Amino acid sequence: MSWKAIDRNQAVVDADAPPLLSEGVREKILSYTHRYETKRAALLPALHLVQNTLGHVSWQAMVEIAALLDIQPSDVFDTLTFYTHFWTHPKGEKVITVCRSLSCEVLGGAAVLDALKARLGIEEHGTSSDGQYSLVTEECLAGCDHAPCMLINEKLHKNVKLDDLERILADGDNDRVDMPRSDLFDAPPVAESKQPASATEDDSRTTDD
Amino acid sequence: MKNVGVDGSTTLKVYESRGGYVAARKALAMDTNAVVEEVKKANLRGRGGAGFPAGVKWGFLPKDRTTTLLCVNADESEPPTFCNRVLMEHDPHQLIEGTIIAAYATRSQVAYIYMRGEFHEQFHVLQKAIDEAYEAGYLGKKVLGTDYALECYIHRGAGAYVCGEETGLIESLEGKRGQPRIKPPFPAIEGLFRRPTVVNNVETLSCLPHIMERGADWFTGIGPPHSAGPKLFCVSGPVNKPGCYEAAMDITVRELIERDDMGGGMLSGRKVKAVFPGGLSMGVLTVDELDMKMDFEDPRNYSLLGLGTAAAVVVDDATDIRLVLRNVARFYGTESCGQCTQCREGTSWMQRIAQRIESGAGRMEDLDLLLETARNMGMMPGLSICGLSDGATYPIETIVKKFRPELEAAIRSQPAGQVEAVLQAAN
Repeated sequence: MSWKAIDRNQAVVDADAPPLLSEGVREKILSYTHRYETKRAALLPALHLVQNTLGHVSWQAMVEIAALLDIQPSDVFDTLTFYTHFWTHPKGEKVITVCRSLSCEVLGGAAVLDALKARLGIEEHGTSSDGQYSLVTEECLAGCDHAPCMLINEKLHKNVKLDDLERILADGDNDRVDMPRSDLFDAPPVAESKQPASATEDDSRTTDD
Repeated sequence: MKNVGVDGSTTLKVYESRGGYVAARKALAMDTNAVVEEVKKANLRGRGGAGFPAGVKWGFLPKDRTTTLLCVNADESEPPTFCNRVLMEHDPHQLIEGTIIAAYATRSQVAYIYMRGEFHEQFHVLQKAIDEAYEAGYLGKKVLGTDYALECYIHRGAGAYVCGEETGLIESLEGKRGQPRIKPPFPAIEGLFRRPTVVNNVETLSCLPHIMERGADWFTGIGPPHSAGPKLFCVSGPVNKPGCYEAAMDITVRELIERDDMGGGMLSGRKVKAVFPGGLSMGVLTVDELDMKMDFEDPRNYSLLGLGTAAAVVVDDATDIRLVLRNVARFYGTESCGQCTQCREGTSWMQRIAQRIESGAGRMEDLDLLLETARNMGMMPGLSICGLSDGATYPIETIVKKFRPELEAAIRSQPAGQVEAVLQAAN
């Protein structure tokens, strides 16, 4: 959960600004409302739609969505801030989401994240200066059988290797579905160097018996 | 049980050519109560994690209800689970058929499929399948030519673990923050839009066509009596063949990792150090405990919470247990919804302690501190609104208890003065 404070000395939304949402988007949002008993229930689909169209959900977009759904702008804000996939400020053209859950981390997910940070010169949640890339991390992407994996916008890249990153960044659409397993596991991961010298409580048994 | 791997398995044509929608036709010709009875008889326990019998859940609906809603829980957010993803990606019509049967049995008018926001390709596959089903008249005003009407919509989440909890899911569907509700009233009495609501997992619903087609006896004939029917098991981590495998619930964790038609043994000759057999929340097993049976009952004998999602993640012997501890603690620290104090504070403190241990500034008393925090977080029923805090305590507690010697050795081998330096920097 997150708390965000608004600077109340500045007007957040310009009342005279032309409408941000196009007629088509408005109609589509209203068409969602027929699926549910309350208008508010169409909020998540509406936020998805607006973010896909505009790239982010700005203050003005929130006000306009609220008017469409007969709720307060604060209700929209309340819901929006709960979910990690919506953002109120612009992000890069390509949003790279690196999985950081256990399967991916054991198989080298952290190395992928570090390589991306170095390559793009940004930290987590940062956006590169040319506005091309944003880097975020996320809990399990449910691609554990192809770890390590990451999303670039809507495309799931599986079995990511370090020397593969350039290719993925250059052409986000290339189909890598049948990639061989990542070799990152056998590369010396950062975590391994921290391994204490003492033995674990029991490693006399192998998995082969 | 599945058409995974068949060419064009996502299309209606292929699905029907392989016997699809026969079960739904059969079910729709039956009385709704008869369908519920059949599912009860099959002892179909929920595949989502809690293992609650689906038929019994349907039985909680008030008899005099006018409106019923069905929610399909496709918010598979427990790491490292991906069996629902496989089902939706490769066999969307099986899910739709299961949804039709469940909706008919519960007399639901609308089915909402709540799908997690991370699924993009799966969303398009399933949406296409639903469109096909509408076109063929399998959904809509006259389902399969009968007078039964059912609408089916996909509702996409946006990245919140707690929305996989059924009341959290309902709140999220209503366009609110996905914070679980206090129960009772249970969703069966007052759920989505304050209507009687049934929430079932994707895998549970995908079992229904097979129960209807082959009968409850066929279903109970598979696996041990208390854990009837086939189940999808996921295995990931450094094994040779990570993936999703179907089996009866009498296999052991060792079989899942080593059998050639399953995990296929460990990668590059590594050894198993630890296994989370049922998703992170269920707790951890050591290498000595691999003979645990993957059913709904046996995990409790190994001080685990339950079977969970039956998704095993293997940790190899070269991975530091402190990394595992930190990763797990971080997950719950980020995903706690913040409603209940002991969960919000407990998870974030456990995350900070685990981070400090990993960074090489652990103290011996931290291990007891972790245990104490975990103990106070929800091991007693009624302390918190949902199960997330229980889910957070089990892995932390089992890691600390079962790997204590290793953690202690790691803390002992830290360079002197490190702890003081870190604590001083923090203050």
